[in-house]
Amino acid sequence: MGAVAYDPKVVTIWEGFRRWLRDSGLPFDFVLYSNYERQVEDLVAGRIHAAWNSPLAWVRAERLAAAEGHTVRAAAMRDTDRDLTSVVVVRSGPDVKLADIRTVAVGAIDSPQATLIPLAHLRAAGAADLTVRRFDVGVGLHGDHVGGERDAARALAAGEVDAACMIDANHLAFTQEGTLPPGTRIIAQTAPYDHCNMTLVDTAPADLADRFVGLLLSMSYADAEVRPLLDLEGLKVWQEGRTSGYAQLAAAVDQSGFYDAKGQVTAADYAP
Amino acid sequence: MTRLDLEGLGFAQGAHILVERALRGLPPGDRLHVVGHDPALAVHLRGWCRSRGHVFSADQHGSLVSPGPAERQRWAGAERAGGPRPDGIVRRPPPHWGLAARGALVEAGGPTPVGFDIADRDVVWADLAPRLYAHAAAAQWDPAVAVDWSAATELPEDIEAAVVQVMTYLVENEQAALVIPARLLARIHPHFREVQQLLAVQAADEARHIEVFSRRALLTGSELGTSSAGGRASLTSLLFEADFSLASFLLSVLGEGAFLALLAFLDEHAPDPVTRQVTRLARVDEARHVAFGVAHLEHQAALDPTLRGRLRAAVERRHDALVDTAGLNADVYDALVVLAAGEWTPAAIARGYAAVQRLQAAMDDGRRQRLERLGFPPDEAAELSALHTRNFM
Ligand SMILES: [Fe+2]
Ligand SMILES: [Fe+2]
Repeated sequence: MGAVAYDPKVVTIWEGFRRWLRDSGLPFDFVLYSNYERQVEDLVAGRIHAAWNSPLAWVRAERLAAAEGHTVRAAAMRDTDRDLTSVVVVRSGPDVKLADIRTVAVGAIDSPQATLIPLAHLRAAGAADLTVRRFDVGVGLHGDHVGGERDAARALAAGEVDAACMIDANHLAFTQEGTLPPGTRIIAQTAPYDHCNMTLVDTAPADLADRFVGLLLSMSYADAEVRPLLDLEGLKVWQEGRTSGYAQLAAAVDQSGFYDAKGQVTAADYAP
Repeated sequence: MTRLDLEGLGFAQGAHILVERALRGLPPGDRLHVVGHDPALAVHLRGWCRSRGHVFSADQHGSLVSPGPAERQRWAGAERAGGPRPDGIVRRPPPHWGLAARGALVEAGGPTPVGFDIADRDVVWADLAPRLYAHAAAAQWDPAVAVDWSAATELPEDIEAAVVQVMTYLVENEQAALVIPARLLARIHPHFREVQQLLAVQAADEARHIEVFSRRALLTGSELGTSSAGGRASLTSLLFEADFSLASFLLSVLGEGAFLALLAFLDEHAPDPVTRQVTRLARVDEARHVAFGVAHLEHQAALDPTLRGRLRAAVERRHDALVDTAGLNADVYDALVVLAAGEWTPAAIARGYAAVQRLQAAMDDGRRQRLERLGFPPDEAAELSALHTRNFM
């Protein structure tokens, strides 16, 4: 299985899961990647069987696999990967409307939640003439690094932009930690979308793949051995994967020209 | 459906506390309808629910929350770490209870600290411990005010020198008496917190003893007496006794037991009020240290018939280890004679010498009595007492 090393804790998490999976009889190992693009390419090329994918990596994996005559499936996801929303935040003032937004701060170029999805939402809502100020922290990590989102929020607080985009839970975190001072408000919220999934490629041995997914789904928060790992990875329970929550992102990818229909990277100045 | 009105309270001001409380009180199968007028409420409630494993939904009524099982699951494998009061003490508390308060509900998982290896009730416990701790806590005195330091009197130079020599000796003994319980208490399983508390206060007692004896030694001069190699060898042999029962037997029952007699001797023969006060204060504390050592070994001896054999072996081992050392610092012995003599005449020195011999007999008496309390027959108690270090402690 491939995983992207967006934080040192990824080693702790997957070494822990590896121990648990091996103790449960599954021959399992993981490979760490520095960015999602290489992980997706290796998955479709059959160099790994499974990839712990960001939503953007899922969108690319689906397209790249189809172009190469393969299929991928979203086999499992965290409970916390379902029904996320992003928000657009402005400084409170009389009668600020979406259409008035001229400058908007976003996260990294490849962040689904702080860049691609909210920008598509803003444009669909009528904010046509936008100047985007991007905070490219952790490019290639598909927004897993919170730094870009936080910098966007800071730019708003400093009065450098009219609006900033972030995921709902980070709006709460930034409010609590004081990054977003009183005097800002949410002006828009996207429809719910889904986040990461465990992607399996059709070249993976079927019985191993099924046992892997079965073991993930069997992990219980009541199990004191895996509970700290689930806490670190940010879930209470693994759920079956679903693909119904990626349409917004796929549309945003097309609109911005991030990937083409065959899963090739077409975004200008994207260098993971 | 149960309704919760948060009014203006938002998640940046602690709204989760009221939501959690309402969820705990929710009848099974019910959903919580959350309303309020914080503008970010629905956004934050959604994110918060996701992170807690609750199911969030929104309809025309507003925000709805169905509680998830995570909190219940977290505590599913939890266990009580015994009971909070002494009657809730278990025989062998498991290491993974670690630092948890006795009687707390301990979540499964988490660290298993190594190092709390003194973890057997029958070894460490005495029913007297909570009462001794309460007594010790109440009896803490402040060296700055408990001693009338202004009562210092000018002594003849060589009498003062004898006092300084004895104080120098007392300080090195107190140093051992501080380090030994401090080391042991760090190895005691926190389940036996009353014993840890008692030993912590005991170490604090010794800290004050070190202070007052040092201060008395420096009351008129600025130089301390001697520290002999043999005296330090005797004390050092106590430091390496890793077995809790044996260490506390050698230190508290035999060593501090002898110290009681020594401090009484100094109280009686003190040439000045400050020396009298500091030795009297220390003696009250030492009586408590001896009482705990005797009490828990008495408790253990009643349960473990092999204990006395091991205690005996410990005395013999220490005797063998020290047989080629000088034992008591000769300067100390002579200083005690001088203090009891009070003046430099042959008759007075003879009196002083006899007094120190009576002191040694009193120490021997006390040791034999305590050994008999631990169940040694009188002849064996006398034999073991005779093997005790010449260094008193
Ligand atoms: Fe002492
Ligand atoms: Fe003591």
